[in-house]
Formats: sequence, C-alpha cells, structure tokens
Amino acid sequence: MKYLKQFLIILAVSLLGEICKAVLPLPIPASIYGMVFMFIFLLTGILKLDQVKESGKFLIEIMPVMFIPAGVGLMSSWNVLKPVLVPVSVITVITIFTVMAATGLVSQGIIRMGKKEEA
Amino acid sequence: MTEFMATSAYAGVTISLVSYGLGAWLKKKFGFGFFNPLLISIIFTIIFLCTCGINYETYNEGAKYLSWLLTPSTVCLAIPLYEEFELLKKNAKAVILGITAGVLTSLATVFVLAKLMGLSHENYVTLLPKSITTAIGMGVSEELGGYVTITVAVIVITGVIGNILGEFICKIFRIHEPISKGLALGTAAHAIGTAKAMEIGEIEGAMSSLSIAVAGILTVVFATVFAGLI
Repeated sequence: MKYLKQFLIILAVSLLGEICKAVLPLPIPASIYGMVFMFIFLLTGILKLDQVKESGKFLIEIMPVMFIPAGVGLMSSWNVLKPVLVPVSVITVITIFTVMAATGLVSQGIIRMGKKEEA
Repeated sequence: MTEFMATSAYAGVTISLVSYGLGAWLKKKFGFGFFNPLLISIIFTIIFLCTCGINYETYNEGAKYLSWLLTPSTVCLAIPLYEEFELLKKNAKAVILGITAGVLTSLATVFVLAKLMGLSHENYVTLLPKSITTAIGMGVSEELGGYVTITVAVIVITGVIGNILGEFICKIFRIHEPISKGLALGTAAHAIGTAKAMEIGEIEGAMSSLSIAVAGILTVVFATVFAGLI
C-alpha cells in the first residue's frame, strides 16, 4: 500500500508537469516541469522524503530498462543514421573530451582559488 | 511459431528484459565498461526482432509500457538531487559554474562540429542533448524536432565511452580534485559515467549524481538557444 501511495504522489506530480507543458508555450518536456515541482515540494516540506522515497528510488533504479524501446527504435531509423554515421560518431567522441575538460578544469580552478584564499 | 512470434506483444519485451539481465550479469562478472546492460539489451533485442521478423510497431505494443514509466521516473530524479542538496550548497560556486561550463561546451562543440561537417538541422538538434541523461535528452530532442531514437543511441554510447575513458581523460587534463572528477563524469556521461564515479569514490559519486539533474536542466534551457543556430 505504501508503495502504491508513493507511486500515486509521483504520478500526481507528473500530471502537474503535463499540465504545465500543455499551458506554457516553451519547448520543455513535461518530465522537467515535474522534476522541478518535485524538488520544490521536497525543499519546502510540502512533500516529505518518506512520502516518495522508496518508490522513487525503485523507479530510478530500473530506469535504464525504460530506454530499451527507444534504443531498439534505432532499427527503424537506421536509414536516417547511416548517411551521417561518421560525423555523428566523431561528434559523440570529441564532445566527451571537451565537456569533461571544461567541467573539470573550471570547477577545479574555483576549488583551488577558494583553498588559496583560506590559506 | 514464426507467425505467432511476429504478432506477440510480450515476446520482444521479454527478450529485452532477459538480455538486460544478461548484460548486468556480464558486467558484474567481467567489470568491463562495454558490457553495459542497456547497450547489450538494445543490440540483442534488435538482433532478435530482425531474426524473427517482428517489426518495431509490434514490439512497441508491449514495450511502450516501459517507456510510459519514463516521465514519473524522471520526476524522481529530484529525490537524489534533494538528498545531495547540502553538498551542492557547500560547493555551490564550483558546482554551478563547472556544470554550466560543461553544458555550454557540449552544445558549442556539437554546434561547431555539426557546422563544419554540414549536418542538417534535424541531425544537429538530435545531437544537442547528447551529454545529458536519456530521460531528459529524449524530451529535448523531441521538443526540438530531432530523431529521438538516434538521440538515445548517441546518449547511451556517450555514457559507455565516458565510463571507459573517464579516468584516462581526467588524467590527461590533470583533473585531480575529487569534486571536479565527479562533476566532469556526471556532466559528460550522465548516469553511466556516474557509475564509474561511484567506483572511484564517495565524493566523486555524489557530485556526479547531482550533475545529472543540474546538467539536464541547464541543457533544456540552453539547447533551445543553440537549436536556432543551424
């Protein structure tokens, strides 16, 4: 029963996200509105962690399984991917390097600046 | 038998879950990043469907219920973010600026390379959300008019490569701070990179998992701007 109640709350927040998506003319997925609502509700105490925790953790744990159908969809979009396979692969690999370098070095610089000030 | 398989709503989904389990087992046994359960499952399921002559629409009759859970699950990503919120507040500047730099770099790299290689608008927006978690990336790609299935494949492959090369990349760019390693892995390679961050250490893991939600949200905001460029 506890799990069902938690799932109901999660669905209600998702519904709220869906309503926002329908009302607001922004290219933002319903799930993001829902996520922001969930975060605000937890932060303000409207929802307690206990009211969503177990079902939420379970859903996150099994989340990779939910991507299988979309991934398998590749078999029907193979014709679109085939002609751009090389550029797509190049972009995929290079971006990993640039993003990790930017995130790591910027945050490391800030952390070390902070340490120097403390010292 | 073949005729039955070609119309079964459960056969494909069963194979998807079995091969996911197989991938998880291989991963545990050999501990090698390529054995990503999701990647293994996608490959096995495609081979299975092609061999049995099941078309995607039939498969999706059953599999769509898996996708249906995606929105509520994405909403739940707020839970670990809330749990790590103290850690975020304590390192707010490094976390926010580090992830923002990463997100902008991701979008800019995709933009520059796509422009250089002459990709169409559809292919370009398909790749824009490639660094963020699949749940949010799919939504972004769909909203911007990209090919969602390709976005998913690219996101998963990004995660797997990030998981395998992450430590090496940290080494060549001399990223030594545990916080920075975590942020870099989470921002560049989402949940699959976070799995690696958790192996490296507790701080790395926590930082990486909070990057998933933050980078996702920032990408939603900035991708809209970048989408108009090509």
